[in-house]
Amino acid sequence: MDRILFGDNQFFGINHMSEEKARNQAMKFRDVASILRVLDTAYDLGIRTFMCTTHDRIADVCEYMRARPDRYGEFKFYPGMPYAHKYANAVTELGILGAVKKYIPGSFLGTLFTGGKALATKDFIAMMKLMVDAEMKMFEGLNTEVIFLQNVVTDLLLGLELKDVFKSYADHIRNRYRAEPAFFTMNLPRLLDLLEECGIENPIICSSVNKIGFRMCGGIELYEKTIRERKFRPVAMSIFASGAIAPREAVEYICNQEKIESIVFGASSKSHIQETKELIESMSSRNP
Amino acid sequence: MIKAGLIGLGKMGLSHYSIINAHPDVTVSAVCDTSGFVLSAIEQYAGARPYKDYKSMIEREDLDCVVVSTPTSTHAEIVQFAMEQGLHVFVEKPFCLDLEDGRRLIECARNNNRVNQVGYHFRFVGAFAKMQELLAEEIIGPVYHFTAEAYGPVVLRPKGMTWRAQKAEGGGCLHDYASHAVNLIQYLIGRPVRVGGSVLKSIYSKTVEDAVYATLFLKNEVTGQLSVNWSDEAYRKMSTQVTAYGTRGKIISDRQECKIYLREEGRGSLQKGWNILYTTELTRPVYFYLRGEEYSAQIDYFVQKIKSGDIQNINSFEEAFQTDQVLEWIIQDAEQRR
Repeated sequence: MDRILFGDNQFFGINHMSEEKARNQAMKFRDVASILRVLDTAYDLGIRTFMCTTHDRIADVCEYMRARPDRYGEFKFYPGMPYAHKYANAVTELGILGAVKKYIPGSFLGTLFTGGKALATKDFIAMMKLMVDAEMKMFEGLNTEVIFLQNVVTDLLLGLELKDVFKSYADHIRNRYRAEPAFFTMNLPRLLDLLEECGIENPIICSSVNKIGFRMCGGIELYEKTIRERKFRPVAMSIFASGAIAPREAVEYICNQEKIESIVFGASSKSHIQETKELIESMSSRNP
Repeated sequence: MIKAGLIGLGKMGLSHYSIINAHPDVTVSAVCDTSGFVLSAIEQYAGARPYKDYKSMIEREDLDCVVVSTPTSTHAEIVQFAMEQGLHVFVEKPFCLDLEDGRRLIECARNNNRVNQVGYHFRFVGAFAKMQELLAEEIIGPVYHFTAEAYGPVVLRPKGMTWRAQKAEGGGCLHDYASHAVNLIQYLIGRPVRVGGSVLKSIYSKTVEDAVYATLFLKNEVTGQLSVNWSDEAYRKMSTQVTAYGTRGKIISDRQECKIYLREEGRGSLQKGWNILYTTELTRPVYFYLRGEEYSAQIDYFVQKIKSGDIQNINSFEEAFQTDQVLEWIIQDAEQRR
């Protein structure tokens, strides 16, 4: 994994600090062209990995980049699936079974297709795989060497202790996509315990890691100890705790957690991307 | 260990299941849902025993408490049965559709001496808790007016296939979204005593209202506007905001931040003019995180109340009943207008 991963929250009006800022971002990134402009800037500054949700608009980004392999040949996508609000809204509208049917391709044709068969026989693992495949469709032909499960789903499954689902997800990502299964979570120590019980070794886990312990469930000391002592590949997100920590202080803290492999950040302007990238690189080289 | 049973495994039910199952003092021994589809999944992969009928679950299992997340119209009979069997009850909001049911259940909880909590989770959001504290200190002086708003993208087309599109089951924006805003006002400012100018507006739905507008009147001539709409696509998810106007300033709060404007020098660290307190400093850590700290915080509160045997809990049946009353007044007021 690259040291720096470029995130996409800013494109979808997600801001954990302020609804006003979130709205301003939603207005700024009202179309795909505005997203592509920022991605071009990041790419030209040397960033090669885009960590993104499976939002409809990302499908357009994928299509654009797929058509221009000369320009974006080195670009890697790290999908995070599913875009949870899509499913949450579908569940509210259609119920759980209705939502599953909506997102399993072919299921409306009854038992003729795998989707319908999985539904009829209540083969939930098969359904989960079909849903992963539906989400992955937009990335066809692009480089996706690491595939993440979004934290709403990871943490729901974690609370329910659905080990078989974690195992099958990991196997499916490895077998079908030749990719590394990875997980977002807000409960890092607990997730790592469960993944080890599932036999998923040395997993890639992306979690909030920041100096003030924001959204680090289990506490900052336990996080630091987990990162220091246990076998997994940590990726840090929310390193600025939505702006509550000054950039230099935030990056310095992360770079002192030596086993963190990669850092995700999102930004909308060239100067901001450049500053953050340079800060991470300079502090990382100080702590090789 | 506290033994819990879950009744209803829809969107909220599954989320509660995950959150309470992760609690260090609780074990989920049984779950109940009418959908065979969901039950099979639980049976195959999770540990809890599945039931289709909540009565047999409660009778056969040795439970301490239940979490009820079924359509609102079914709350009354399930909650009453559980209470009569001696169980502590956490039930999703809103409480009951029929005020008589609500009155009976308050009595039932009192007689059986059980923890009785309703899932108005906004009270566990740091920014609203801070607002409540500041208002109680009268930092902006006496409140004379407020606005309570909630917007989100739940219904964006006519076709609704779940109980949320059925009035008789407790569907509609009034019971789903507006109940939160009304309950927050009770918590932050006080209990409405009457309502006026109520409008229940259908925008896309055929069977229920998609927006609620009303004026709320409190004691001491405090007034406020309720403006709620669950058919607003410009919002990514539910967004709830309360603004309180006082003689010495105002406070605006949402899930993320508490913004305070003071006309004069404030107390403590608060200054004249704008003060902004962010969620990062207002949020207390929780034992497990799913969708927001407030969901775990309310379940933890429920568990702690059971452990301590103290049934004087917040978000009690009585407080939720007062919210139901206001919703009922809004319905009556809107009908008269028509």
